Amino acid sequence: MAHLTPTPVLEPGQDRTMILNMGPQHPSTHGVLRVLLEIDGETVVRIMPDIGFLHTGIEKTCEAKFYQQVVPLTDRIDYLCPMTNNLCYVLAVEKLLGLEIPAKAQWMRVLMNELTRINSHLVWLGTHAMDIGALTVFLYCFREREEVLRMFEAISGQRMMTSYFRIGGVALEPPLGFFDRVREFAGYFPDRVDEYENLLTGNPIWMMRTKGVARMTAEDAIALGASGPTLRGSGVDIDLRRDMPYSSYEKFKFNVPVRSEGDVFARYLCRVAELRESIGIVRQALDGMPEGPIKADAPGIVLPDREKMKTQMEAMIYHFKIITEGFAVPAGEVYQAVESPRGEMGYYVVSDGTAKPYRVHMRAACLANLQTLPAMCEGGLIADVVAAIGSIDIVLGEIDR
Amino acid sequence: MVFSPAITDLEQLKAHPAVAKLLDWNPASVAGARFDRDEMTIFVDRSCIREACALLRDDPSCLFNFLSDVTCVDWFPAEPRFEVVYHLLSISKKERVRLKVRLDGASPVVDSVTPVWPGANYFEREVFDLFGIRFAGHPYLVRLLMPEDWEGHPLRKDYPVEGYR
Repeated sequence: MAHLTPTPVLEPGQDRTMILNMGPQHPSTHGVLRVLLEIDGETVVRIMPDIGFLHTGIEKTCEAKFYQQVVPLTDRIDYLCPMTNNLCYVLAVEKLLGLEIPAKAQWMRVLMNELTRINSHLVWLGTHAMDIGALTVFLYCFREREEVLRMFEAISGQRMMTSYFRIGGVALEPPLGFFDRVREFAGYFPDRVDEYENLLTGNPIWMMRTKGVARMTAEDAIALGASGPTLRGSGVDIDLRRDMPYSSYEKFKFNVPVRSEGDVFARYLCRVAELRESIGIVRQALDGMPEGPIKADAPGIVLPDREKMKTQMEAMIYHFKIITEGFAVPAGEVYQAVESPRGEMGYYVVSDGTAKPYRVHMRAACLANLQTLPAMCEGGLIADVVAAIGSIDIVLGEIDR
Repeated sequence: MVFSPAITDLEQLKAHPAVAKLLDWNPASVAGARFDRDEMTIFVDRSCIREACALLRDDPSCLFNFLSDVTCVDWFPAEPRFEVVYHLLSISKKERVRLKVRLDGASPVVDSVTPVWPGANYFEREVFDLFGIRFAGHPYLVRLLMPEDWEGHPLRKDYPVEGYR
């Protein structure tokens, strides 16, 4: 728990600057981020993020669990996009196992992932606007987010910690009427995005607070490891869904919004455009949803249906063995990266051939994005720090793990 | 998804641009290579990692300009015990490569890659915090996630899951 650079010791006579503590309980730090600001009047000379307040040792816990028991832990890393975490982990383990996933499960994963992205971006938009002073947007965003959370509850039984994906497929068939509900949402959601944009995009106060603020060049962004909208807002055109497709993303058509300005406004426009692209992917997933099973045909790995478990001896034995002993995964290592709402989320899973992962490491997009804060804020004003923190869309659960 | 068996023979992997470039630069820098599940791993000698990273970042045939991740695996009680793992991404070529440095338990020290990528700062501090690997030349190597007065390095395999009571 400390800062990017050493805390300065001020010499007497050189005391032009002072240290201002912001957080960890400050509402605009989106969790428990503590930031030390060295300021000269209103100008930020140095900014030192301080993290670790939410560290729970999830990576260590994973090593003591069976492979299938890790899935619920992954929800808790980035609690605004649980399904993206689920997806990244199960893809990594499936790659280790060499498991083939049925088409319907892959499309369900894409559908749920894009809904998760919408959910996450809505929280970001609401809180980011609120930080800067536009309170109304928050209420509008949470209205739509509520509907997304209700859909999550309908499909998985949980609003936030969904754990809907399984190694080998997805947990449950979607309930009756689920697709109609998503289609209805996809029908009116673009109008709602127009509503948010009417409140913000052309708003002179919003533009004054965001345009030209917290600028970052493409070179800086790449060198500091930024990814996702933080990187695309600086003009680097990369999206893992398009460039290194996974879970049949190659079958979907969508644009990758890129802005070259590199300021808070550019990152805002990227994410709002992503909201529209995501709803387009949701619509394509609904239209082209293939028929078939939602789980791979792998009896020793995928839990059998409840019905079969109660009527067939084989299925019961498999169920018992998976629950009590887990399943062995061939030795090897895999780095699987997906495009989370915040950037490149990667899971590095190492197997030693047993039923428990030898090592699970999560590459948190936010941890790298947080490092861009000094590049954005130093030389700017204190009030712009709040805009910059909002614009990189951090989730402290993911940073601290 | 059916993958062919892993290739561990360096001779067969010489065609890979990153391996070729490193061998061309300094044959002693590559301690081995492995191609498994469509992922390329290069074992780099511990003294060469910073130069190797700079080379792979700038060389036009590689252009691995983005450092995705730095982490570590502890193979306790085997020796050399630690493997520091670097995941590199080429934004223009859409390719990944994994570099590994093996370190023994007695002196787990390796050169920091922060001069090559400033973004390695937090990743290396996290590895220092949780594994006790020291990165020579890091601008500010202190604990990142655990409290500053914490004893031990929790992700080491000889550290109990429940912690010391």
